[in-house]
Amino acid sequence: MSIQVVRPGLLMTVQDIGRHGHQHVGLCPGGAMDPLALTLANALVGNEHGAAALELTVLGPDLLFERDSLVALVGAEFEADMPINRPVLVARGSRVSISRAARGARGYLAVAGGIAVEEVLGSRSTYLPGGFGGLDGRVLKRGDLLPLAPESAKLSRERFAALKHKDKRGSSVRWSVPPLTVPDREPIVLHAIEGEHFGDFDANMQRVFFDTVWRVTPDSNRMGYRLGGPPLTRSKTDEILSGPTCLGSVQVPANGVPIALMADHQTTGGYPRIAEIASADVPRLAQIAPGGTVHFARTTLDMAAELRKDTRTRMETMLRGIAWEYGK
Amino acid sequence: MAKLAPLGAVPLGDCAVYVEFSKTLDLEVNSAVQRLATMLHGRALPWIRDVVPALGGLAIHFDPDHPALSGDALTAALNTVSDCLKEGLPKPGDVLRTVEVPVCYESEFAPDLAEVAALAKVAPEEAVQLHSTSDYRVLMIGFAPGHAYMGGLSPKLAVPRRAAPRAIVPAGSVAIANDQTVVYPYAISGGWSIIGRTPLAVFDAERQEPSLFAAGDRVRVKPISRAEFQKLVGK
Repeated sequence: MSIQVVRPGLLMTVQDIGRHGHQHVGLCPGGAMDPLALTLANALVGNEHGAAALELTVLGPDLLFERDSLVALVGAEFEADMPINRPVLVARGSRVSISRAARGARGYLAVAGGIAVEEVLGSRSTYLPGGFGGLDGRVLKRGDLLPLAPESAKLSRERFAALKHKDKRGSSVRWSVPPLTVPDREPIVLHAIEGEHFGDFDANMQRVFFDTVWRVTPDSNRMGYRLGGPPLTRSKTDEILSGPTCLGSVQVPANGVPIALMADHQTTGGYPRIAEIASADVPRLAQIAPGGTVHFARTTLDMAAELRKDTRTRMETMLRGIAWEYGK
Repeated sequence: MAKLAPLGAVPLGDCAVYVEFSKTLDLEVNSAVQRLATMLHGRALPWIRDVVPALGGLAIHFDPDHPALSGDALTAALNTVSDCLKEGLPKPGDVLRTVEVPVCYESEFAPDLAEVAALAKVAPEEAVQLHSTSDYRVLMIGFAPGHAYMGGLSPKLAVPRRAAPRAIVPAGSVAIANDQTVVYPYAISGGWSIIGRTPLAVFDAERQEPSLFAAGDRVRVKPISRAEFQKLVGK
């Protein structure tokens, strides 16, 4: 028994928190582009935070639930025929239709017990460039059947029964979680520290980098976001020795179009890195769809730590609130 | 060689640091970087997520908020590196692995062999001979999972990258450019000259050791026939 994909939407994959410990053989951790939204979606259905869920991109799917399922859709503000940002008990045989994201770019649909695809190298995440993980290592398509945990229907009913404050229809609750990462307005501000090669760009180029409102281009994907704006030119012309990169590194290839490295990024690169985005801001960037705009603000490691702490505090408050609603 | 000492440490954001030992490709430094990475891997510190050796230095990816850390992760990472250097790196011979790669140089697998031979001003057979008898070292893994940049190519075969990259290079393709050789793990785009193909899976996520190569490996080529290639496919 499973979830059937009736209409796949734009780019739907199975994702969890990814696979760490393989970057030395060239494999990035991958996983959810917005791990904060994934964590919330899992908490709302009573899962542990790293359980596998469906990652939706900009345009959502139609799904047929073959058994009672406690689900939650968190992240981008998707228009759907079910309430979002809260636990919902979907009855066996029901179809859920999710259309476009009015705000944000990525949503996570978690199901009680998680999506039960096989683990590959310790994770159920789909790694598209390598063609493994998730369901056959690929984007989900019409007719796919997503396996659920063996006891998922029972788990779903039991967990839903434990929830306080049910709504009138008895299939959801009277509260919701606020989106942590979806922007109210654009451009969003991305805090960034100077990258290794920041000094290779002259004062004017450095100013351009921080003054420009960058537009996320349509060829952006899970590997990287290309940022359209004035081309950035490096003053130095010497070759750069290929070195390691990181989630959130902003590299500038010869064409001058900066690329912010996202979940499925390459582990090394030979392009100059002008900046490194604070880790707390990367999930917020993941919520910007092509056409959306971002702005960089110069920051320090101390400030990046503060941003992480703020995010963690807000997340912990929400998780405590959800646990309380479950009577824990 | 002189005592290995970092040139500096560059934060890769707030969750990683790049410890740099050389700004140019120095084979001795590269070898030392690989051994340092092996040593760091061996420490299995709970807050270190990844240790990534590259050409002239290595990255340490960490969880800056890990409960096992008392101070800040960046300082702890750099202290760990200097501890390792103080203790002394393992000798190259103690950690060296040799990987033998069967390569078929038949024409259907080697679309650029004739061109490479012409550029190198040698017969295609001699180009194969030069490529298959060299002693290679994996300098870095990057670009794609299991994609190994290997040094040690005969200078006679040092051809530049192709002007126009191919949209799709078949998985297992053995290619050369400048002073290096690579084996493409997947069918991906690539701008190097293809002179052969291995039947081995370079990266297989389902395998106990997913990557055929690790940074620092010594690599030997074993030329094989078409028939041997077919027999080994998928093994």
